[in-house]
Amino acid sequence: MLEQIEGSQAVARTVGLCRPAVIAAYPISPQTHIVEKLSDLVRTRELEPCEYLMVESEFGALSACIGASAAGARTYTATSSQGLLFMAEALFNASGLGLPLVMTVANRAIGAPINIWNDHSDAMSMRDSGWVQLYAESNQEAVDLHVQAYRLAESLSLPVMVCMDGFVLTHAVEQVDLPGQDEVDRYLPAFVPQQMLDPDDPVTIGAMVGPEAFTEVKYLMHAKQMQALDEIPRLAAEFAEQFGRSSGGLLSAYRLDDADTVVVALGSMLGTLEDVVDSLRDEGVSVGVLGVKCFRPWPRDEIREALSHARRVVVVEKAFAVGAGGIVGQNLRLALQDLPVEVYDVVAGLGGRAVTRASLRRLLDVLLAGGLDPYELHFLDLDTALVQRELERSRHRVRPGPHAENMLRDLGVVGSGPL
Amino acid sequence: MAFQEIKLYQVGTFVAGNRLLDPEQRSVQARMGRSNSLTSGHRACQGCGEALGARYVLDAAMRATDGKMIAANSTGCLEVFSTPYPESSWQVPWLHSLFGNGPAVASGMAAALKAQGREDIRVVAQAGDGGTVDIGFGTLSGMFERNDDVLFVCYDNQGYMNTGVQRSGATPPAARTANTKPVGGTTGNVFGQGKNLPQIAMAHEIPYVATATVAELRDLEHKVERAMEFRGARYLHVYVPCPLGWGAAPADTIRLARLVKETGIFPVFEAEHGVVTEVSRIRHQVPVEDYLRPQRRYAHLFGDPPRRDLIDRIQAGADRNIARFGLLDDPDTSDLPGARP
Repeated sequence: MLEQIEGSQAVARTVGLCRPAVIAAYPISPQTHIVEKLSDLVRTRELEPCEYLMVESEFGALSACIGASAAGARTYTATSSQGLLFMAEALFNASGLGLPLVMTVANRAIGAPINIWNDHSDAMSMRDSGWVQLYAESNQEAVDLHVQAYRLAESLSLPVMVCMDGFVLTHAVEQVDLPGQDEVDRYLPAFVPQQMLDPDDPVTIGAMVGPEAFTEVKYLMHAKQMQALDEIPRLAAEFAEQFGRSSGGLLSAYRLDDADTVVVALGSMLGTLEDVVDSLRDEGVSVGVLGVKCFRPWPRDEIREALSHARRVVVVEKAFAVGAGGIVGQNLRLALQDLPVEVYDVVAGLGGRAVTRASLRRLLDVLLAGGLDPYELHFLDLDTALVQRELERSRHRVRPGPHAENMLRDLGVVGSGPL
Repeated sequence: MAFQEIKLYQVGTFVAGNRLLDPEQRSVQARMGRSNSLTSGHRACQGCGEALGARYVLDAAMRATDGKMIAANSTGCLEVFSTPYPESSWQVPWLHSLFGNGPAVASGMAAALKAQGREDIRVVAQAGDGGTVDIGFGTLSGMFERNDDVLFVCYDNQGYMNTGVQRSGATPPAARTANTKPVGGTTGNVFGQGKNLPQIAMAHEIPYVATATVAELRDLEHKVERAMEFRGARYLHVYVPCPLGWGAAPADTIRLARLVKETGIFPVFEAEHGVVTEVSRIRHQVPVEDYLRPQRRYAHLFGDPPRRDLIDRIQAGADRNIARFGLLDDPDTSDLPGARP
């Protein structure tokens, strides 16, 4: 049913349609509206039977989901930013135990400096945790991905996180086609755990494994993740057939077939990029967009195939590996290393800085004019003068307090103007 | 007679009486129907108090729940010595996740069972003192606060024994560990006073809190059975000597567990909804030296000259417990197993 609805509300109602039996969550912005709505659904018994656990931390939330899943319940949690990092230990544990958990990550920057706005630093920092990572472009896709995520998680018995951009999607009110309960039930059968704590058939879960088999166990985890590369397109196709709209999959392509230059991105930035590409196409420039919908497992072969005709690829990503560079960019470079294609890496939109059409257009103009060095790390809209002033200042004068304070003073945002 | 065919396990104080008791009054361990939840053949050290305590707790809980039980276990000695895959010693459905999340995992299990309408299946969670008073403290307090239907059992050996005998928040004052070494030329640092988790649990006003030692195994079994009569959060703190970590003879495990109670250092009691309902009275009060001397972790107290100041401090703590819980009042025999209402 078409509704004008906030992203968080839409996701919460869809999660409800997936019939989780246990929800455990701890509030953190910008995830809060999702779990608030779910607590409502449990209170009004629209979602029943379901136990809603108000836990003492994100670590407790995911841990409770681990216990509940092992006891045979479909479970759900959602988090963001520091909360996801606080879950880190349990994240690796859940995937190692092969538990089919589903979690929404309302993507948000990681402090310090503390910042509640959107980028992908949180989920990207957990890229090696053994969880499948799906990225939604729109609220419609976020809704649809949750239904598919449960199918995927339970068919392979591995945990899946659905990433949606904090505020940009979670707090955006737009039109969303919410599925009906019957439709979801038809697509998503009842949870049948592949391993379970059952007094009639006792098993030991989480035993210690020594060097003789640990590598093999990890290899099998990898093999199972890689199966998701087959399973995700299959489930997406089945979803499209049943629900009448396409969502998810491994990649999305926009005006890609004959594109010399391709922009690669994740999440809500894709829509803006498509607009920019449209205007460039109008001017006769052959540019396209490749959206990465599934970042883990990394669809290397599919990406190579999709970019096989490109001459230039530029990644614009909302994540940054401090001391190294862009995260998606590094993955992409490796995937394309023996192809005759130039790869550029641009970090953008950190801490909620808007990624505008104008900025992206400027970036592509510079790129197309040959003004971008493929071996340098680039930042979209980086205020280099501001950085230089602070660097210069710190060379001459040691002063307690963070750089941010000085730079905000330079900008005239705080204090009495430039030092 | 049938009962004589049963392998006789450690049965604690009343070793002879147990065999002569009416079958219904015997320890779970002496019954044909014992579940052997934690089977023999695991890799615990000789004289391990935790292995002994865990077997009694789990088998008693299995009996109380008619075998309908699942267990969560935090990381620690108990988990490590019982599950070097594929040699699991657990005959109950058992899950180990992490060090600090045993209580939350158990909460999740209880929530799942409730949602499934399977409240006939009960949840028991276990951890050592580190997983309880330190790293697992936040999740445990959350579990208490929500009053989740879990029996949480702490096997307190007063330190991080699995990682090489370091100090935990339950390590008592003046006890030497691998990371409370001499400071300022004095051996054995007085570092803190140990967190009193039974009292912290009581402050949450959960339905049932009890302490026990592995010297009184029938009492331990009784407390497990009593705990399973309640719904909601329950906490059992079991004192389990660690021969390796404490530098004590394996054969002294039971003796030390008895002495810790008879000195007053470890009060043995039950509480319901935050109020003490039963105390196990001291039969023959002994000075704390009798308990401290057999343990190398306290050897620095008995040098030349002895550290009277520290011994007196420990004695004062024991005396406070005796006064606070009335451990010497009423010298009747009501603390004998089987005499409880």
